[in-house]
Amino acid sequence: MKDEKKHISTYRSLVTVLVILLALTTISVLITGIHLGPVTVAVALVIASIKVAIVITQFMHLRFENLFLKLAVSGVFTLFALVILITFIDYFFR
Amino acid sequence: MGNDAQAGYLEYQGKYKGIAGWLLSTDHKRIGLLYLYAIIVFFFVAAFLGLLMRIELIAPGKTIMEPQTYNGLFTIHGIIMIFVIVIPGLAAVFGNFFLPILIGARDVAFPKLNLFSWYLYITGAVLGVMSQFMGSGPPDTGWTFYVPYSVESATSVIWALTAAFILGFSSILTGLNFIVTIHRMRAPGMKWMRMPLFPWALYATAWIQVLATPIVGITLLMVIAERVLNIGFFDPALGGDPVLFQHLFWIYSHPAVYIMILPAMGVVTEIFPTFSQKPVFGYGAIVVSSLAIAFVGYFVWGHHMFTSGMSYYARWFFSFLTFIVAVPSAIKVFNWISTMYGGSIDLKPPLLYAISFIFLFMIGGFTGLVLGALATNVQTHDTAFVVAHFHYIIFGGMGFAFFAGMHYWYPKMFGKMYNYRVANIAWVFNFVGFNLLYFPHFIIGIQGMPRRSYDYLPQFHTGHFISTIGAFILIAGLLLMLYNFIRAGRRGEKAPANPWHGVTLEWKIPSPPPHENFDEIPEITSRPYFFGSKEKANQ
Amino acid sequence: MTVHQTHTEHIDSETGKLGMWIFLFTELFLFGGLFLVYAIFRAKYSPEFHHAAEELNAFIGTINTVFLLVSSMTVAGALTAMQKGDRRMTLLLLSVTILLAGLFMVNKYFEWSHKFEYGIWPGSPVLKNMPHGELLFFGLYYMMTGLHALHVLVGMVLLSINVVKVRAGSVSSEHYLMLENSALYWHLVDLIWIFLFPLLYLIT
Repeated sequence: MKDEKKHISTYRSLVTVLVILLALTTISVLITGIHLGPVTVAVALVIASIKVAIVITQFMHLRFENLFLKLAVSGVFTLFALVILITFIDYFFR
Repeated sequence: MGNDAQAGYLEYQGKYKGIAGWLLSTDHKRIGLLYLYAIIVFFFVAAFLGLLMRIELIAPGKTIMEPQTYNGLFTIHGIIMIFVIVIPGLAAVFGNFFLPILIGARDVAFPKLNLFSWYLYITGAVLGVMSQFMGSGPPDTGWTFYVPYSVESATSVIWALTAAFILGFSSILTGLNFIVTIHRMRAPGMKWMRMPLFPWALYATAWIQVLATPIVGITLLMVIAERVLNIGFFDPALGGDPVLFQHLFWIYSHPAVYIMILPAMGVVTEIFPTFSQKPVFGYGAIVVSSLAIAFVGYFVWGHHMFTSGMSYYARWFFSFLTFIVAVPSAIKVFNWISTMYGGSIDLKPPLLYAISFIFLFMIGGFTGLVLGALATNVQTHDTAFVVAHFHYIIFGGMGFAFFAGMHYWYPKMFGKMYNYRVANIAWVFNFVGFNLLYFPHFIIGIQGMPRRSYDYLPQFHTGHFISTIGAFILIAGLLLMLYNFIRAGRRGEKAPANPWHGVTLEWKIPSPPPHENFDEIPEITSRPYFFGSKEKANQ
Repeated sequence: MTVHQTHTEHIDSETGKLGMWIFLFTELFLFGGLFLVYAIFRAKYSPEFHHAAEELNAFIGTINTVFLLVSSMTVAGALTAMQKGDRRMTLLLLSVTILLAGLFMVNKYFEWSHKFEYGIWPGSPVLKNMPHGELLFFGLYYMMTGLHALHVLVGMVLLSINVVKVRAGSVSSEHYLMLENSALYWHLVDLIWIFLFPLLYLIT
């Protein structure tokens, strides 16, 4: 039952990831100061999605996990997006 | 093949003795039986409530109860049948008992979590029953808890919502357990495409349990928030939308019906090859269609809402997808029939129930298309036609598959043989009673009989009368079937390891199985459903 | 080799980890229902949502975001430390994580009580007099941040249990599945907030 070689993140890589996340946070806060209307919102959401992807792949180690898990995570987000999209087929066209 | 080294799982004495040895057991087989006994009790309670409804409806006007009582009855009948019986049912009983054995494992991935699931299940079921007696009267919203009435009703709705939430959590944890079990605990050599089809069905089901149930969980919490906090999501007076509740509710509850039917299909898929002594026809097609049903089933929920005010494009989309999802089910029917074709048919009770499953399921399925087509839906929505449709699919489908599974696996689980003649007689009562009970609903439904209606116009009397007669015949059959099993447990003949000449792993171990299933974990070298020579299969 | 599942004290770590990931999927869908409601009403009441969001303090929201991002790093660092066998560092980083979570909760407490002072809570008279879109915004705000806060509390409990177990030695460089899974859970708490933050605070 011994595990295969486990990937161990270095402290340095973890700090680097954090710095990137904080930078992205700063950008999204500053962007919302600029009034670009719906574009502002879209940008904030895109940045949030990038942050989520970084947390999942780096902090949660998904980068080093097996293919099945990677597919499952993508599948879950895709399924959720589809459900929202389909619900909007009702609301958008009423 | 026998082994005296391990005690049978029924007699095994581990860390705990006596009843504690059952209530604290993490043995998947004992947990399966714990679920079985609970389900039998709750099933007969809910069936009895259904019988009371049928007695009330035998004639127009009041027969034995007031309208409010009737509303409470159909609500709790639905809540128990859906959340306590049919959704957990096959997976919790036969999945728990046989999944590890069928994949050559000693137990599921998380045995303690498995026991915890059962306790959650019992808690939820008890809370559901308590909703009848606590607070301000039994809930009368129907099991679908539609707003605004579920927010306005003065009855004990929150008890029922909480019960459903907890039962959902139990379902999620079981699904999680099964997915990990199938991924990680298959015996050496059992590649994915060498796994029998009941585990495949459980796998597809488990993903639905895991990904759909949380949505109804949060939705039920939202209804509680509406009742307690006036949160407004579903209240038009505050800017909310009651149809949004319907969306959220059915986003789970439609996939939920696939949680009900996929394991049922898995069970009969095990039965057909055994009683035809022939491999399953189209193993690959059944795998793909199981996964396809689970996946496509996510996108059809709006077909419960065609008359609720959705946009034209939404109605078109959901109707189209509903027709698509029927295809993989039809493929399975074709596979089952083809499995039997040219086989050496032995019409024992399991096969009898499996064949009637096909018949009843197809009636349910075809009438589902009537409901799934937009134009005919307008006529049939919220009528007795719907009631007939879902009882044919759920009871005729999952229910009869459950009976098939019981008759198939009883000798293995309990080490005793039941009486074939009594089983067949019970089948006659069940089959005839079932059709008499539900078929008239199709007719009076199209003629305009509404569902969930305490009273009705005189022209529907004949249909209701026949239906109530059917209910009594069915109950007699169910009780006779139960009696047969109980008597077999006490005085039945000892069952051999392989009474049906099956070829999957459960038939290679003693009846009843030993505590740890296998002396040695088997190594799998061939495809499943390999019947080889007659001699080999007769071991 | 036979696997005596019924007698193991430690579940195989790949198995345990897969179980936790699947549990996280269920959590995503649990919050997902609320995100769906948000999306629908946001589309319907765009201007009111913008206006209501101005009531929220974006500064505190940003601070809280920073707290959780840092806490994700510290809990990931705690896992690294455990894998390297550095018990002291593990305990230090776990404690920092719990501290940051606590600070998050303190902020949340001040945010909510500030709103209560203004008469803004689900079902309040003030809310009833607001335009519908604003009423729904605050309903979503309370339910989403409330459910999230509940998960923060659970996470704090889990991490505290890990502190106890690391000290006792039952979580070690050989057996750290519990720590790994708790860290995954904690990252999920962070993830949910990463989405909540712009949707609630930054849409002004």
